[in-house]
Amino acid sequence: MTSIPSDPAAPTTRADAIVSVRGVGKTYKGGFEALKSINLDIRRGEILALLGPNGAGKTTLISIICGIVNATEGSVVADGHDIVRDYRAARSTIGLVPQELHTDAFESVLSTLRFSRGLFGKPPNPAHLEKILRELSLWDKRNNKIMTLSGGMKRRVMIAKALSHEPKVLFLDEPSAGVDVELRHDMWQMVRRLRESGTTIILTTHYIEEAEEMADRIGVINKGELILVEDKHTLMRKLGKKQLTLTLQQPMQAIPPGLVGLPLELSGDGLTLVYTFDTQSDETGIAGLLRRLGEHGIDFKDLQSSESSLEEIFVSLVRKPREERA
Amino acid sequence: MNIHGIRAIYRFEMARTFRTLMQSIAAPVLSTSLYFIVFGAAIGSRMGDIDGTSYGAFIIPGLIMLSLLGESVSNASFGIYMPKWAGTIYELLSAPVSWIEVVIGYVGAAATKSVILGLLILVTARFFVDYEIAHPFWMFGFLVLTAITFSLFGFIIGLWADDFQKLQVVPLMVVTPLTFLGGAFYSISMLPPFWQKVTLFNPVVYLISGFRWSFTGRADVHIAVSTGMTLGFLVICLGIVWWIFRSGWKLRT
Repeated sequence: MTSIPSDPAAPTTRADAIVSVRGVGKTYKGGFEALKSINLDIRRGEILALLGPNGAGKTTLISIICGIVNATEGSVVADGHDIVRDYRAARSTIGLVPQELHTDAFESVLSTLRFSRGLFGKPPNPAHLEKILRELSLWDKRNNKIMTLSGGMKRRVMIAKALSHEPKVLFLDEPSAGVDVELRHDMWQMVRRLRESGTTIILTTHYIEEAEEMADRIGVINKGELILVEDKHTLMRKLGKKQLTLTLQQPMQAIPPGLVGLPLELSGDGLTLVYTFDTQSDETGIAGLLRRLGEHGIDFKDLQSSESSLEEIFVSLVRKPREERA
Repeated sequence: MNIHGIRAIYRFEMARTFRTLMQSIAAPVLSTSLYFIVFGAAIGSRMGDIDGTSYGAFIIPGLIMLSLLGESVSNASFGIYMPKWAGTIYELLSAPVSWIEVVIGYVGAAATKSVILGLLILVTARFFVDYEIAHPFWMFGFLVLTAITFSLFGFIIGLWADDFQKLQVVPLMVVTPLTFLGGAFYSISMLPPFWQKVTLFNPVVYLISGFRWSFTGRADVHIAVSTGMTLGFLVICLGIVWWIFRSGWKLRT
């Protein structure tokens, strides 16, 4: 069983943390516990992807950090400022793109950006707003009413609003929900550019591909608990499985008794044998397997290896009972 | 103080007014003009003076208050209810603005609209009836104070409401009847003694009385009482808004 040392248990704030969440819990009036004592350090300049099934608590966590939802317990510090006691300074550093397309339908694109920038206490800066709108391919639409824009365009407007006050930390809650593939890739490019300019980005997503493509670290939330936070590559190395698939010359009825005990699976038609091995282990056992297959007179005509995707790791994590993960 | 934040909210709300100029300004001015035509120019000419003032001139303060109260409540309640309804309230809640800055932005804009409306009605009235303003400074002061107080009241309604019906219930079912029964069209001295006492429980009596005093120099209740009651209502409304933002009631889960 793989043990996962993760940041959730970290007792002290990391020096490079721009957002530090300590013991944050949320219980709603009806008694539903949406978050259970979350500890999380978000590192300055990173892209952190929060994964979790629907209702896991991702949006609740983001909403607490941004000041939209009151935490039942715990504290959050953003760029050195407590989000309750020093809310002005804390909120000034944060930009939020919520999951739902909440826009002022009758406003023009440019005026809604001016509003957002002013609301966050920043003086007018037409050049900055123009830069954002051009980067998001919205400059030509600057005088259009938001209600006339497509869903994808509205999503970009919401991103532009969040960026209008030059936040150090940007929360993107399901940024790719309802946008086409082209726009999704454009958005990924934009997020990378933002990271390069020093913005810390936290995104929640259902698209595992998105997290795999963009994130530096992955956090997995399930049933209000932060199961793990791990460097993406480390996570895939630790929890990833590799499989060797052998296409046999002749179908087999069953795995020979001499091979029982090895992590082998035989396909229904008896023509494919799948061997699963641990990516962390020094000894994969492939050489021994091939030797023993030869000893049993099992010939194969093709073999190929594959690595489990982040999606498979994610699914296995959220399905595992808590004690098994520990 | 987040001055840019206040300015952003104020401009946003004023822009909404100018987008809906017919509904915000023209319609109330037109409906009040109809009151002046019917009660001032037509029926008023057949009625005797009240406390030495022609009936047409007597009802001007009441009619301005009738529009001012209704529009202040509607403007402010709609202003804060719409972001709640559309979901854009997330931005306000996550912004570095304090409750008082939010109030200054939203209530300030709603009160500005109401004052503009009140002044337009005052100018319009000149086309139908002759009137004098005995205390112009006090008249403007009452106009502004009442607009702010009832915009605050409307702001609370907007925070409280969770559907459009609730948004309409208080202005139509509470504010309008209280204004009609608060002496908009009559002096409370014209009522039987018992009803004179009952009507003193109506807060709008003090607003209309004070406002009428600024026009005619005569009032149903002393000007100091009117001012005190209006200021008292203002403070209560401010206290309620402070509590709502502090507790997150109807705003933050």
